[in-house]
Amino acid sequence: MPDPVPAALAGSSVTLRGVRKEFPGGVVAIDPMDLDVAAGEFLAILGPSGCGKSTLLRMISGLERPTAGTVEVHRPSTTGHAGRFDIAYVFQDAHLLPWRTVLSNAAMPLELRGIGRAERQARAADALANVGLGDALARYPNQLSGGMRMRVSLARAMVTDPTLLLLDEPFAALDEITRQRLDEQLRELWQARRMTVIFVTHSTTEAVFLADRAVVMSKRPGRIISDRAVALAPARVGALRGTADFVHETRIVYEALERGEASA
Amino acid sequence: MKAFLQRWGTAYGPPLVVLIVGTLLLEAYVRWTHVPIYLAPRPSDVILTLHRERAYLLAASWSTAKAALVGFGLSAGVGVAIALALASSAWVRRAFYPYTVFFQTVPIIAIAPMLSIWLAPGLKAVAACAFIVSVFPVIANTLAGLIATDPALVDLFRLYGASRTAAMLKLRFPAALPNVFIGLRVAAGLAVIGTVVAEFLVGELGEEQGLGVVIVGASHNGHSDRVFAAVLLASALGLTMFGAVNLVARRVLRNWHASART
Repeated sequence: MPDPVPAALAGSSVTLRGVRKEFPGGVVAIDPMDLDVAAGEFLAILGPSGCGKSTLLRMISGLERPTAGTVEVHRPSTTGHAGRFDIAYVFQDAHLLPWRTVLSNAAMPLELRGIGRAERQARAADALANVGLGDALARYPNQLSGGMRMRVSLARAMVTDPTLLLLDEPFAALDEITRQRLDEQLRELWQARRMTVIFVTHSTTEAVFLADRAVVMSKRPGRIISDRAVALAPARVGALRGTADFVHETRIVYEALERGEASA
Repeated sequence: MKAFLQRWGTAYGPPLVVLIVGTLLLEAYVRWTHVPIYLAPRPSDVILTLHRERAYLLAASWSTAKAALVGFGLSAGVGVAIALALASSAWVRRAFYPYTVFFQTVPIIAIAPMLSIWLAPGLKAVAACAFIVSVFPVIANTLAGLIATDPALVDLFRLYGASRTAAMLKLRFPAALPNVFIGLRVAAGLAVIGTVVAEFLVGELGEEQGLGVVIVGASHNGHSDRVFAAVLLASALGLTMFGAVNLVARRVLRNWHASART
């Protein structure tokens, strides 16, 4: 395990001001939007398909520029250790390199940053152990189940010890049980590291289980129609899903999502 | 051992049966209809010729194999290098890709005598023809693979600040390997065809005489048995090179998903 980082300093904060995204051809993906994400917050973003959730995430990551407005990511003022860089991104599918072992896949971000072989392999092995893949290091993606591949993808994101973790419907293609297990693992990772997490999903139960705050977006052009804290205790375990509080929270988010679906 | 034989039998049994039955039928047909030897040989004559003239035919095969291997090697090396250059930027690709099509459309029959003059007759000129005939599929397939890289992975490499060179070496080229091998498989057969055609046209001017030269000589003298013996050897050479490429491909891509290995 890497050295523990004080909770308040482990995450980046994100500030969006008047952010608008229009694609060539005149499709407006995001209407002017303001959004603040506090350092160390776990935020879920929900919305109907095509509402611009992915575009929003890509703009926060810097992969895409807004047409207007500003996106700022403030990294915490820690001294940091080598290889700590800000942003990690997890896609809907695992997107692993089929010619590399699990270990080598997870070490890839460190390799691109020029970190030596011994160090990056040790850190990748750590990251893989944290998602329960400590004994699969030498295997190839082809030999793994969908859930295991996704966990490699998560380990690859965590290996850089990011201050901002962006996830774009990461577990949407998995079966329900695998998905819940991964949700629990992600929540554990967050509780241990306190990086800022922005999690895009269209599952209300997933959003409520994982996040401390849920933002619901409308149909395209995407606007924020609901933004509220999830009123559940920070400790989230599998049994939480059956409780009345959990169902109530899910209901509220679901109703907001319905409004977003209806708004034209 | 028994399981191995069984598997071998399932894979190679059917084509072997077709080969034997087909050859016997052909033998019977040629014997009963008394086709003259200068029109078509009996399969048995071809086999006898293969045995009787084995030293001469093997020397010719070796000469052809050398030229085909040099041509194929050039296609693999130069073809992949050209594809990498073309994939490096959209401008380069737009500017130069149309000219690579030249390799595919050039009439080798017209160009072979010129190559023989420029490069001196012999192995070099013949290998150059094999290269020209076989390089385009390598360029086209490799390039297709290089520009079809998973966009999510391209994004990921960008996010982690990978240089263009790093992205090419660690992502785009390895990701294109299945396509590279598709190109090499096609090129292996074409290299042999290009070699035989070049030998056919300019081969007798060189020091060594390949299968193409054997074919020209034998057909002028009405020795269809020798023509077919040489044709069989050329096919065997092409098949061997194709098989070798497949073997390497399976080895290199052994950890990939089955869909990438075909």
